[in-house]
Order: sequence, then structure tokens, then C-alpha cells
Amino acid sequence: MCVAYPGKIIEINGEFAKVDFGAGTIRDNILISLVNAKVGDYVLVHAGYAIQVVDEEEAKKTIEMWEEMTKELDEEQKKKDLYEAIGSGINE
Amino acid sequence: MSDELPKILKYYRNPTLAKSITEKIDELARKIEENIAIMHVCGSHEWTITHYGIRALLPENVQVRAGPGCPVCITPAKDIDDAVKLALDGVVVMTYGDMSRSKGTKMSLQDAKALGADVRIIYGVQDAVQMARKEPNKEFVFFAVGMDTTAPATAYEILSSVPPNLSFLVSYRYTPSIQGSVMESNVLGIDAFISAGHSATITGMKPYYEYFLRTKKPVVFSGFEPLDILLSVYMLLRQIYENKPKLENEYTRAVTWEGNVKAQNAMEKVFDLEDGYVRGVAVFPKAGFRLKDEFKHVDTRERYGLKKGISTEDEYVTGARCGEVVMGLIDPPECPLYMKVCKPEDPKGAPMVSQEGTCWIWAHHKITNLVPKCKR
Repeated sequence: MCVAYPGKIIEINGEFAKVDFGAGTIRDNILISLVNAKVGDYVLVHAGYAIQVVDEEEAKKTIEMWEEMTKELDEEQKKKDLYEAIGSGINE
Repeated sequence: MSDELPKILKYYRNPTLAKSITEKIDELARKIEENIAIMHVCGSHEWTITHYGIRALLPENVQVRAGPGCPVCITPAKDIDDAVKLALDGVVVMTYGDMSRSKGTKMSLQDAKALGADVRIIYGVQDAVQMARKEPNKEFVFFAVGMDTTAPATAYEILSSVPPNLSFLVSYRYTPSIQGSVMESNVLGIDAFISAGHSATITGMKPYYEYFLRTKKPVVFSGFEPLDILLSVYMLLRQIYENKPKLENEYTRAVTWEGNVKAQNAMEKVFDLEDGYVRGVAVFPKAGFRLKDEFKHVDTRERYGLKKGISTEDEYVTGARCGEVVMGLIDPPECPLYMKVCKPEDPKGAPMVSQEGTCWIWAHHKITNLVPKCKR
């Protein structure tokens, strides 16, 4: 039960939120009282409640760290991969 | 993964990067020379590792073992028996799907349902509260199993308001204490640990510090994408090679040193830690949650006069080696029952029931032999 899925908050009603998990899966009544979340945030949802807000800056930093590790990789491939990840934006 | 989900996730599954990280892992493993045993303590990590074939990507001298991270697998038979008894006595018992299929000493909640008991599968504790409210003339019990990830929502509901016809059969386990005990055990011979990332979003890294100080064993808190795992293995090997053990965080986008303080506060208000039995294994100090005395009125054990205390009584099928699988001492194919009499469609032991159980995950991926170590 460590399973948790990231989803985007699209609406907040009091202590509950409507969360979009992608692929047409939208769940209502996700409890968000145990995190400080706002509309547009990505949250990790476990058994019907948000356990944490995903830190976008940190997610990007991890990728930058990988970039450092893989400096010798083919430059073109790297640019392509990175563009896919960051260039098109986490928030689109 | 759909297009609507953050594109960033795709990057966490990028094969080019994976190749480059495995090369770095190879390089470090060659320099270290010795055999390194890494343990993770989370069913979801086992899923990622098996699904993406990560064991086959690792060098010969680096082994990743599955530890006690499957909540259904570690829930004691006694607690299941209690839930079954209540269900057969006419109380509505609510729990998660996996949990309803795990057998106690006699039967599972699903078996009780087949006998006519009212057993309901729910997604979260909020559903339990709503259901109990809708039918005020029935008695409801929420069989509350899981780890520190699941406990805060229950604590929150108990602090908010609980309908009088609902009580909680609490069987939560505290991951830091379980991993801590494994870290302090020298019997298992584990050199380094991949910590459960989602559990740690709640607890933070802090509770692991005391165990780290005593054992100086490398720990990395890891995310759940394949690259998260590979990077975590790399970070652990780097700690070992440089002889600088630490508590390191790979899952920085969700795990912090302090964790989710709001959730911790809710848990601390409602629960105390006590010794907890990990099914088929042992009693771990401070590994179980107990409702505080002031919440006796919502405690199922109080309400129905159930016998308290720890019972290690169990009745697994002869020959089953569930406990050893749960502790990573053996791989599922080493159990004589695996895929012969114990299968996902007819499980004999909890690790074959739960989607977070090592046996279920291996069976689901059709692994019938020990995973060969690939030489690249």
C-alpha cells in the first residue's frame, strides 16, 4: 500500500479536490487536508487522499543531475530527451 | 503513461539515460569487487524492479532483495481472524480489495462473504465513513491495514468525526521501525537499503537517523520510476565505494527530511507505537500502531471485546515459505509451492495474494526460475 499516483488538482471544494490522473481518469473527493495544495499542483494520491505535493523544481533538479551524469551521451539525443521533458513544460 | 500526465515522467523512463546509469553502476561495482546485497522495503519498488527487469541490468556482484514492504503480507493472521469473526457475526466489515483475499488461520474475508457475511471493498477511509453514515442502523468496522502512508487519513477521520456505528480494527505498521530492525540485524547480511519513498513522504527521513547512526549502513530514499531505482542503486554503490555511508535522498520531488508534518501530527494525536508482529517473521519493536486510550470508543477491539495482544498463531499450508520471502531470504521460486499449488488465481499465502507481494509480482511477470544474472 505504498502505491501512490501523481495527479493534477483541477478543482477544490473545501477539504476535497477533483484530481486528474490522466488517460481520462478523474477522481472526485480526494482528501487534501493533510497537504498544502492549490489548483494546478501535482499531488501524490494514496488510498483516497493526497500524501504530498510533488515538488516541480526538485523534479527538474533530478533531471539536471542526470544530465550531469550523462555528459558523454550523444548531444542530439540528449537535447531531444530534455526538450521532451522540460521544453514542453511540466504544466501544459 | 498518458499524454496528459507530466511529460517529465517520460524522462524518468528514458532508455538512453538508463543505459548510461547502468554503465556507471557497472564501473562502480567493478571497483568495489565484493558482493553487495541491497534491500528495498516496498511492494511498489518490487513491482518497478521486476516489471522493468532491473535485476537483469545489474552487475553480477550487486543483488537487490525484496524486504518486508507488502502491507497485506505482514498483517497477522489473528487480525484477519478477528475481522472474519466480526463479519460472520453480522457486522459489516470494510477493507481494501487485496486484504479481503488474504486468509487468516481459517479463512479470508472473501470466504466469509461467500458464506453470507457483509464484506465491502473500499478505496479509502472516507468511503468507510460515508457508508456507515448512509446506513445508521448497521454496525460497521473498518479493517485498517497498511503502513504509515495509510494511517494519517484514518487518524484525520477519527479526529474529524466518526459516526457512532463505525469502529476501527487497527493493524497499521510503522515502516521506519521495520526497516530499522532489519538494518540492525546482522543475520540478513544486507549492506545497503532502498527506503520506501511514499512512506517517507509522510514520515520524512528523520526517523531513520537513529538507526543509521547505530549501524552506519547506506540508505537511499527512492522514487518509483525505473530510473529512480537505477539512480538509487548507483548512489548506494557510490556511498560504499567512497566509504561515506549516509541517508541520501533520490526522491527529492516528494521526500523531505521532516516529511508531511500535518499528517504526522494527526497520527501522533490518535496512535501510539507498540510492538508489532510481522506475519510469519517476528515481533518488531515499535512497529505497530495502537489507538490511544482517549479513542477507545472507536476501537473495534474494545467495542466487541476482542482478545488483545500479539498472537503469532498461523496456519499456512505445509511447506509454504512465505515468511522467508517477506524477509528477502529466498526468492519466490525457491518456495516449493510457488506456481505449483500456490498461484495468483488460488493463493495459499499472503505474498501471492497482494499485488504488492513478491510472489504475486513475480507470478504476474511469469518468472518461474531464479532471475539469472546477465553478463554484458
